[in-house]
Amino acid sequence: MLEISHVTKTFNAKTVNERVALDDVCLRLEDRDFVTVIGGNGAGKSTLLNAIAGVWPVDSGSIVIDGTDVTGMSEHRRAALLGRVFQDPMLGTAATMQIEENLALALRRGQSRTLKAGITKEERGRYKDLLAELGLGLENRMTAKVGLLSGGQRQALTLLMATLRKPKLLLLDEHTAALDPRTAAKVLELSERIIEENQLMTLMVTHNMKDAIRYGNRLIMMNEGRVILDISGEEKKQLTIELLMDAFAKASGETFVNDRMLLS
Amino acid sequence: MNLAVLLNALPGAVAQGLIWGIMSIGVYITYKVLDLADLTVDGSMATGGAVCVMLILNGWNLWLALLCAIVAGMLAGLLTGLFHTAMGIPAILSGILTQLSLYSLNLAIMDFKANQGINVTKYQLIVSQRNVRDVSLSNPIVITLVILALLIGILYWFFGTETGCSLRATGANEAMSRAQGINTKKTKILGLMISNGIVALSSAMLAHYQGFVDVNMGRGAIVIGLAAVIISEVIFGKLFRNFALKLLAVAIGAVLYFIVIQIVLWLGLNTNLLKLLSALIVAVFLAIPFWKANFSAKHPHKGGRTHA
Repeated sequence: MLEISHVTKTFNAKTVNERVALDDVCLRLEDRDFVTVIGGNGAGKSTLLNAIAGVWPVDSGSIVIDGTDVTGMSEHRRAALLGRVFQDPMLGTAATMQIEENLALALRRGQSRTLKAGITKEERGRYKDLLAELGLGLENRMTAKVGLLSGGQRQALTLLMATLRKPKLLLLDEHTAALDPRTAAKVLELSERIIEENQLMTLMVTHNMKDAIRYGNRLIMMNEGRVILDISGEEKKQLTIELLMDAFAKASGETFVNDRMLLS
Repeated sequence: MNLAVLLNALPGAVAQGLIWGIMSIGVYITYKVLDLADLTVDGSMATGGAVCVMLILNGWNLWLALLCAIVAGMLAGLLTGLFHTAMGIPAILSGILTQLSLYSLNLAIMDFKANQGINVTKYQLIVSQRNVRDVSLSNPIVITLVILALLIGILYWFFGTETGCSLRATGANEAMSRAQGINTKKTKILGLMISNGIVALSSAMLAHYQGFVDVNMGRGAIVIGLAAVIISEVIFGKLFRNFALKLLAVAIGAVLYFIVIQIVLWLGLNTNLLKLLSALIVAVFLAIPFWKANFSAKHPHKGGRTHA
């Protein structure tokens, strides 16, 4: 379970650039929730994920993941509970290290790193099977440097790394935004499959309304650092883009004008 | 110009190059593996020698003194690491601060004298310039090669361990490392400590080799280390993929650097201009990738146009 209570974050406080990125956000996720997060630019979607991941401390409020209060915990310590995939394919993997080395780093997330071998023979066998399941031919390139992979391949690998050690919560931050439409669709399908198989609690930020409606069992919309819409169950299944835009207009008192969203 | 003079000077250049090669491997760990430019080395390149020589002059065992020198270097790295991670000072500035404090500390270690001599006939030393042309096991080239092999072996093992991998990951992608649960502050401090420990070992050996330690012997060390790293990349970059071979290449790079310097001196360059020359060589080699990128951006391959 994830419990976010009254979390507030202001960037550049007390300067002319002051911006309230999260404004008293309260959100509760059940163990098997797959929640899509949607909203315009600067709505606070990525900020919410970064707050959970601990990229910087929040100003107030508390974040509890699976009974552990992580509010004051450093980013690398709460990593034990989290799997993360970023928007930029470059961010999730170490380009100058091998595919199998990247996976070995991910397998040890939350463990203490000792002077034992960084990668073992048994692990290699397991990685080979998992990579084969991706269907990208990576199982035959396990010692290739990740920098040689395409954006889609890197995101697929990052997804595998994020879930290699089953996380309490999976954070997907517009992880298909930098990919071409076909690759994006593939990576999304892969994400859904992995989430289903491992029954993962997931927060997926997307700028694509269709994807937000199609995937997951619950949808939240953010605007100006607040959660303004929370749709789940049957209501979520009946959602259309038109309904979503109407709901936005009602909830925020303004029309949804965001080119990036309308076009996609 | 007498070729015999040059040939006569070559064994010395090789021995010095190998000793500085050890130092350059230390620089490689921060500059290439950790992706940090660490200027601490200009200080720790004198600290190791100062600690080792003073302890031996006070009757300590050679190996114990060497070990203490390495520990002293690691403490210097720890200080830089704390400046950087605990106090949030940029890495370069952290190194400069430690380097400056080490100048005073090195003088303090050396009883506030600018240099301290150590005589090979009176004390047991690990290497000495005096034996550089001997065909025996006491030749500094032989001894340094053995130490170099040991060092490369240990580092090869270490960077294959879980801890070593987390260090490499920190240099490759810090954000990803934290997302994978790596305490990047800790790995950076550890990397800086290992690097400066190695530099201090090299410093101690250099002091033994030349028979004295000088408070200024580390001045410009970072440039020599970088030169070795860059030369090794230019010559062996495509050839050596294995980590151990890459470290070996760095040591060879240092040897080549000292041979080139010897040749330039033989050609009649004023010794006082040597540091200017080193700096210029490193600047040019550092600029080559940048120039290459600029050139190919302005002059795209002609083949590409036929497909456009």
